[in-house]
Amino acid sequence: MVKITVDGKVLEVDENNNLLEEVLSQGEDLPYFCWHPSMGSVGSCRQCAVIEYANDEDERGRLNMACMTSPREGGRYSIEKAGQFRAQAIESIMINHPHDCPVCEEGGECHLQDMTVMSGHTYRRYEGKKKTHTNQYLGPFINHEMNRCITCYRCVRYYNDYAGGTDFGPQASHDNTYFGRWQEGPLESEFSGNLAEVCPTGVFTDKPFGKQYVRKWDLQTAPSICTGCSVGCNTNPGERYGTLRRVVNRFNDEVNGYFLCDRGRFGTGYVNSDERITVSMTRASSDADPHLASPDEAMSQLHVMAVDAIGIGSPRASMEANFALRDLVGKDNFYAGVSANDLAMGQQILDIYRNRPVNVASIKVIEGSDAVIVLGEDVTNTAARIALALRQSVKNLGKKMARDMKLPDWHDAAVRQLTMDRKSPLFILSPHATRLDDVAANVHISSAEESARIGFAIANAIDSSAPAVKGLSKEEKSLVDTMADALKNAQQPLVVCGTGSFSPALIDAAANIATALQDGDKKANLAMVVPEANSLGLALLMNGSDQSLDQAMSLVADGDAKSAVVLENDLYRRAPADAVDSFVNALDNLAVLDSTQTRTGEAANLVIAAGTFAESSGTFINYEARAQHFYSVFKPKDSIRASVKWLSDQKLSEITAACASSITDCGGMANLTPGEDFNVAGMKVPRQQHRYSGRTAMRADINVHEPKQEQDEDGILSYSMEGVPATRDATVFNTAWSGGWNSNQSVFKFQSHTGGALKQASHGQCLIENNSKTKTWNEIEKDNAPEGDFAVFPLYHLFGSEELTARTPAIQEKATSAYIALNGDDAQKLGLQASDGVALEHNGSVPFIIRSSIKPGTVGVPVGLEGVNFRNLPDGIALEKASSWTAPEKWHAANIIASDRASSEGEA
Amino acid sequence: MNNIIASTVVKARELTAEEIKEIEHEKTHYPYTQAVGLEALKIVQKYQGWVSDESLLAVAKYLEIAPDELEGVATFFNMIFRRPVGKHVILLCDSVACWMLGCDSLQGHITKNLGIEYGETTKDDMFTLLPVPCLGACDKSPVMMIGRETYTHLTAEKIDQAIAHYRDGTPVDQDLE
Ligand code: SF4
Ligand code: SF4
Ligand code: FES
Ligand code: FES
Repeated sequence: MVKITVDGKVLEVDENNNLLEEVLSQGEDLPYFCWHPSMGSVGSCRQCAVIEYANDEDERGRLNMACMTSPREGGRYSIEKAGQFRAQAIESIMINHPHDCPVCEEGGECHLQDMTVMSGHTYRRYEGKKKTHTNQYLGPFINHEMNRCITCYRCVRYYNDYAGGTDFGPQASHDNTYFGRWQEGPLESEFSGNLAEVCPTGVFTDKPFGKQYVRKWDLQTAPSICTGCSVGCNTNPGERYGTLRRVVNRFNDEVNGYFLCDRGRFGTGYVNSDERITVSMTRASSDADPHLASPDEAMSQLHVMAVDAIGIGSPRASMEANFALRDLVGKDNFYAGVSANDLAMGQQILDIYRNRPVNVASIKVIEGSDAVIVLGEDVTNTAARIALALRQSVKNLGKKMARDMKLPDWHDAAVRQLTMDRKSPLFILSPHATRLDDVAANVHISSAEESARIGFAIANAIDSSAPAVKGLSKEEKSLVDTMADALKNAQQPLVVCGTGSFSPALIDAAANIATALQDGDKKANLAMVVPEANSLGLALLMNGSDQSLDQAMSLVADGDAKSAVVLENDLYRRAPADAVDSFVNALDNLAVLDSTQTRTGEAANLVIAAGTFAESSGTFINYEARAQHFYSVFKPKDSIRASVKWLSDQKLSEITAACASSITDCGGMANLTPGEDFNVAGMKVPRQQHRYSGRTAMRADINVHEPKQEQDEDGILSYSMEGVPATRDATVFNTAWSGGWNSNQSVFKFQSHTGGALKQASHGQCLIENNSKTKTWNEIEKDNAPEGDFAVFPLYHLFGSEELTARTPAIQEKATSAYIALNGDDAQKLGLQASDGVALEHNGSVPFIIRSSIKPGTVGVPVGLEGVNFRNLPDGIALEKASSWTAPEKWHAANIIASDRASSEGEA
Repeated sequence: MNNIIASTVVKARELTAEEIKEIEHEKTHYPYTQAVGLEALKIVQKYQGWVSDESLLAVAKYLEIAPDELEGVATFFNMIFRRPVGKHVILLCDSVACWMLGCDSLQGHITKNLGIEYGETTKDDMFTLLPVPCLGACDKSPVMMIGRETYTHLTAEKIDQAIAHYRDGTPVDQDLE
């Protein structure tokens, strides 16, 4: 720490950070554009200028960019004295800016507006013609309006340098500088949506939001959690007139930081979809006609039925909803709504987290890792935010090189120049090429079984007390040594695996590697990806019980249960279709609570309209066993209620508390929110901003009487604009706003240090505490080679594999229907021509693509896409050319993005 | 690289043997293929006269860099032509010294005689007129360049002579130099 003086004020600041970051942290308002806490400084916009004085006598000083300045002990600076320069800098930036704020979607949350006002440039002197540009079509997610560009270069630094995109860049120079793609077309990065938040003006905006646009201040917002995958990124969704309008990032330093993936940001349109269940329906038997059930009727029918029913929980429902169902049917009658294998893998991961000497890795820890091995998990498609974090981890070598040269690591351009293409090691074992291969030191194509063997061998090479593996080839042995050495020599090694390969052996292998790396107090980091938002929570909730969907099915098949209540779960995604058919047919009563229509719901005789995440509150437990609370964003109409509300008449906080106290390791769930009596100035915290417009007029076309404000009996937030909005206090962080800072850049006002943790809000609570230092090992299991000509492995798609987000129009534009992927030689052997289909056992016929990375004798089958049920397939299958066949309408080969992009031969 | 194959609109052309040979030679000078981008574009332009989308894609593919990155280089330098140009490119300086000595009226002269404004090419594809900022010969302004030839102390007559020279080989009157 050093002492500096800024405009006469003495501040104590960290000399390892730049001056801009430090003065912002001290609460000063210093304008900036190009600097970003996650991307460092390049000094290109000249907006953060300050005067730096050489010594106490110096009265003139000289202009310096604060973002490019290391604060020095005794340094004397002035923000005020450089004010005129900053106003001029912004005036020149604004010369070509169209001033179209009234029709610009950034208006009202625009960093450029804020900085212009702050710098005092209020009158335009330029009278010449402005430069104009042609905009590009960039796909369904992002809108392009180049005229608004102020050439700060943040977009390129984010999209290319930070997120690893290659289909975007700066073009031309001076007045003609242009930011876009070489040719128009959809942006390929899975993280393109962050452009809308990174660009300080309205060049890149959220396109689906644009189609149902309202100003930021007219949105009702609440702190929420993304349900797209098991990472649990923090979000602020916004609603107006009963429809969910958009999702923006909510900063959490340990989880998502400043960035979301495109599934999370653009995948919530299903909340407004026509497929929503908006009223409960009932029918006497499964072949009778359903009729409408009033909420009271639905409620009483459900509770009568539940008396002797089994309950089937869900990895996509909150802890509270699952717990309430478990309570309702009795814990012995509660079954996890996942297959026996899926449940076992979840519990296997919990066991590893609890008992192995490992450190469970948050996204922040992943970013800080300096050697990584990824075993069989295609994180870009199953837990995208982790992939973005891994892209940062490979930069740690460069940061270290910089530190060794006494170059601060925020000095972005210099660090990149120094590093060139040197990277910290990232090893990937996978049955196919992945999107992370471009930053990997080594990519080894192998099946889950082979990868598990290699994993076990790596553990053994690091620590010889780990079980050894026999019969490795010479090539495999040298690979094992390379990886073992790199991991052993790293300061912060990381192992990434997960349930994506459906392979318990692979999970064991990962656990062994992480265990082997433990050395005294030094523990390796381990991240195990699970399939859904609350998969690990469901595994916890089972509290050691192995009652899975398979067991529920055999119970019903044996006639030991006649009624079932299914919570937010489409069983047809969990088990072979014929097994689910016999299950639902054998039941006398089937109640399904869900937000959207599913095949399981079609078979039910009581369908109950449940709220989505946006209309519910509760807790999700992410892949790290981190519990996070989400608040409902808006109150749905009365016929729709959050699942917990149907299942229990207790208050949410009571259910949370009961779950916390009765389930092992869930204690931390009880402390996620401020107590119910929390208030600011005697009032609940408003979900609506104090600028929220039209409150008395917005329903006047229906009724001129203003209805009573909706009540939220559960939480500390109100569905109202009354109360004191949080402007610096992040206790409930429902929107980022602070006086003078209308854009999301205002986040720093809520942080204890710019870019660091929020002042008050919790980053969630990691439930599993692990102090283990004892190494235990799993033995390698003998694998049985799958029967059939082709070994099947799963393929995942960020756009399409997840059930709910796949029902969003923008996501559908980026998705494809089912297909299979195979090696070119195999396709030839099968006599396949480009437009042929392939007959897939138990699944009908599908188109195919050729991926050169795939090994002969293996076939990739996508999970969760329309037109294929992965659960129908055995491990090994036969393939043959489909006899008569036409490609389905939703087959879009071009949407399959992989690093060895599918050859056009497969295109129908 | 992903987007090379992704591009459905533009198909890369085949690079010629000469182009490949020269690009290969340049590659020996640099540790990273990115660094060869500009030289490769110059080579292509030397043979093709300009850099078409098909050429740009071909070079990107050959060097295994993203076309977006190469486009950034190609558009940054104003002597890489991303649109077809005439056989001879007239580069007329419009920077301060030349402007003070009347480059505007010289441009008017060219435009009148050849029927092309800045950025345009004559119908017979013989000449393209482009402005350049300072050719570094301010002491002899106004200045223009055609090909490798620099014409200083420009006058309307000199321009006419130069144009005639490129049209039909009429020698330029040395006295006017
Ligand atoms: S498009 Fe936006 S982020 Fe990119 S340079 Fe322009 S203003 Fe900056
Ligand atoms: S990484 Fe997962 S949790 Fe995060 S935004 Fe994407 S889908 Fe949502
Ligand atoms: S923020 Fe410092 S120069 Fe742009
Ligand atoms: S100004 Fe024309 S050559 Fe310098």
